[in-house]
Amino acid sequence: MIRVQQEDFDVGAEMARLTAGRTGIGGVACFVGLVRDVAGGDAVAAMTLEHYPGMTEKALARIVAEAEARWPLDGVVVVHRYGRLLPGDRIVLVATASGHREAAFESCAFLMDWLKTKAPFWKREETPAGERWVAARAEDDAAAARWKAGES
Amino acid sequence: MKLLYFAWLKQRIGVAEETVAPPAEVRTVAALVDWLRARGPGYAQAFADLSTIRVAVNQEFARLDAAIGPDDEVALFPPVTGG
Repeated sequence: MIRVQQEDFDVGAEMARLTAGRTGIGGVACFVGLVRDVAGGDAVAAMTLEHYPGMTEKALARIVAEAEARWPLDGVVVVHRYGRLLPGDRIVLVATASGHREAAFESCAFLMDWLKTKAPFWKREETPAGERWVAARAEDDAAAARWKAGES
Repeated sequence: MKLLYFAWLKQRIGVAEETVAPPAEVRTVAALVDWLRARGPGYAQAFADLSTIRVAVNQEFARLDAAIGPDDEVALFPPVTGG
């Protein structure tokens, strides 16, 4: 299940929906990304996320399909927010359910790494020095690249 | 041809999207960017450094040498920073 939305999400409700009636699931790995109040040593008062409606959903669907091809998953939830968010606000949820923990942990990390480099979102931070667009990080490219082996 | 701009590219160019009719010899994204640069200082500034530009053609990531035509949707944006 993939959603791109402005409103907040309820992690517990999403997890409950993911596992409801599927007793073959042995574990769920869940990552929730939050807005930090500091970036590069500067205070962050707010963050605004912009995305490319249409392409975003397609890109996320492709990334989820790739995870499902690589690991035996019983369910995947990706919820990504856009709009203006405040420190502490939830940005993104990735939850993966599988019979065993390895597939859940690994696919959850994979989804986050690929999402960060392959889904069309852009962040703008409000700092005391003014607004600035967040620059892509080489570490994120490296994190995405570690999953390249076996890429279909 | 429909063009979309995101993040600081949109701010520098001053519009989120526009419909353009470049000359027939504009057959790739790179040629389109060259043609756009001549449209004004905002465009020239936005496209000053191509290493900071990413491209999607019809909502799929593409390279600067990707072929494009009049019916395509071409998006130009900086590297993505979601998650």
